[in-house]
Amino acid sequence: MELLLHQILAGLATGGIYACMALAVVMIYQAIGNFNFAQGEMATFSTFIAWQLLQWGVPFWLAFLGAAVAAFLGGIAIERVLFKPLHRAPPLSHLVAFIALFAILNSLAGFIWDFNLKTFPSPFGSRPLLGSGLISTHDAGMIGLTVLLLALLYAFFRYTRVGLAMRAAAAHPVSARLVGIRVGWMMALGWGMAAAIGAVAGMMIAPVVFLEPNMMLGILLYGFAGAVVGGLTSPGGAVAGGFAVGVIENLAGTFIPFIGRELKLTIALVLIVGVLMVRPSGLFGRPVVSRV
Amino acid sequence: MLLAVRDLRAFYGETQALHGIDFGLDAGAITVLLGANGAGKTTTLRALCGMIRIAGEVEFEGRSLRGLATEDIVRLGIAHVPEGRGTFTDLMVDENLRLGAITRRDGPDIASDIDRVYDMFPQLYERRLQQAGTLSGGEQQMLAVGRALMLRPKLLLLDEPSFGLAPMLVEELFETLRRINQETGVAILLVEQNVTLALDLAQHAYLLETGRIVVAAPSRKIRDDETVRRSYLGY
Repeated sequence: MELLLHQILAGLATGGIYACMALAVVMIYQAIGNFNFAQGEMATFSTFIAWQLLQWGVPFWLAFLGAAVAAFLGGIAIERVLFKPLHRAPPLSHLVAFIALFAILNSLAGFIWDFNLKTFPSPFGSRPLLGSGLISTHDAGMIGLTVLLLALLYAFFRYTRVGLAMRAAAAHPVSARLVGIRVGWMMALGWGMAAAIGAVAGMMIAPVVFLEPNMMLGILLYGFAGAVVGGLTSPGGAVAGGFAVGVIENLAGTFIPFIGRELKLTIALVLIVGVLMVRPSGLFGRPVVSRV
Repeated sequence: MLLAVRDLRAFYGETQALHGIDFGLDAGAITVLLGANGAGKTTTLRALCGMIRIAGEVEFEGRSLRGLATEDIVRLGIAHVPEGRGTFTDLMVDENLRLGAITRRDGPDIASDIDRVYDMFPQLYERRLQQAGTLSGGEQQMLAVGRALMLRPKLLLLDEPSFGLAPMLVEELFETLRRINQETGVAILLVEQNVTLALDLAQHAYLLETGRIVVAAPSRKIRDDETVRRSYLGY
C-alpha cells in the first residue's frame, strides 16, 4: 500500500512536468495546428541558460526567473522570425521548420555547453519530506510549483483581457480580427508563454535526470502522450493527460514485471497509439470538423 | 461623409469579384446593398474591412483604409458582423460581449455597455454564462449585433442579419436595428436578401449585379419603381 502511494506521488511529480510540456505543445498546436518538435530543445536550452547563470553565481530563484524570461522572449522571437513568414505555408513547411529549430537548438546547446552530463541543483533539496519515505522534498516542490504555475495560467486565461483575447484568437482567428484583436501578436505571445512553461519544466526535471542537450527528448514524448490523451484542443485536458501519463508510467513500471525501467518509454507510445485508435480527439478534446 | 468608396475593385486570388463600385455613406445613415447571390454584396463588406485584396479607394472619416490590416480598420470604429455571424462559439455569451470591447480601455463604461446590451436583449442576459454555440439562431444574431455595438462603432456592417431567422424574429430584429440607429447614431451598411424590410429600414439602397452597381437610389424610389423591382428584385 505504501509502495502504491509512493509510486502515485512520484508519478504526479513527473506528471507535473509532462503536464507542463503537454500544455506548451497544445498552446502552439492551437496557434499553428502542428506539434512543436522543438519544444523539448527550447526547454533544454533555457535550462542551460539557468545553469550558466548559476555558474556565474546568480542566486537560484533569480537564475530561474532569468531563464524563464529569456525563454519567453526567445519564444516570441522564434515566432516572429521563423513562423510568421511561414504563416500561409503548407503544414509540411512548419514541420521542416520545427525539425530545423530542433537541430539548431540541440547542436547550439552542445556547442556552447558540450554534451557532458551536468548536475543541476534543486531549490527544494532531496531529503525525504517530513522525514517520511513517501515523497522527497524535490518531488513535493515540483508538484507544488507546477500546480501553482498551472493555476496562474488558468487564472490568466480565464480572468484577464489578454487571456480572453488569446483564447479568441486561437479558436476563431477571423472573428478575432473583426473585433480588433492583433491575432499575430497573440500567437507570438502564446509562443513566448509556451517556451517559458517549457523552461520551468526543464529546470524542475533537470535535478532528476541530469542536464545535457538531449535531456528533454523522452520527456517531450511523454508530453506528447499527455497532450494526445487529454486532447489537442483542450489545454485543461492536456494538463490532466500529463499527470495521468506520469502516474500510469510509474505504476506500470513498478507493478507490471516485464516493463520495469527499460520499457517505460514504450508506455508513452502505447498510450498515444491506443488513444488515437479509440478516441482520436482525446479524452477531453472536441472532434475537429472541417468543411470541404 | 463618413464612408466614401471610389472605383473599388476586389479580388479573390486571381478572380476579380468587384469591378469598380462607387458609393458613400453619411454619419448616422442606413444604407442597404441589394442583389442576387454572387452579386458582390458580401465581398463589398469584406473589401471595406481589409479582409481581401482590393484596388481603388476607401475613405473612412477622410482617412484612407487602403493597406490597413483588418484589426486596425476595426479599431477606427467599424464593426463588422460577418456572414455566419462570427460568434465565438466555444466562449460564453458574456465573454463574446467583452470581446466586442476588447480594444477599448474604459473598463467601467464597458460594464455599463454590457448591461445596455442585456437590457436590449433580455434573453442574452439569461444565457450570459452559457457557451455561445448553444444559443438558438435568433439569440446568436442578437449576440452578434450586441457584440458589434460593444465597440461603440461609428459604422456597423451587417451581413444578412435575417439569415436563418423566423419571419417574426426578423421583424423584431429590424425594429431593434432602427432603434439602435436612432439612439446611438451609428451608421449602418446592410447586406440583405429580405428586400421589403431592408428598404423600409434604409434611407438609401444600392443594387449590385456581378460586381457592379446597377441602380443607386433612395429606398423609397426603388420601392416605387416597378421596372427596377421586376428586373432586379423579382417581385
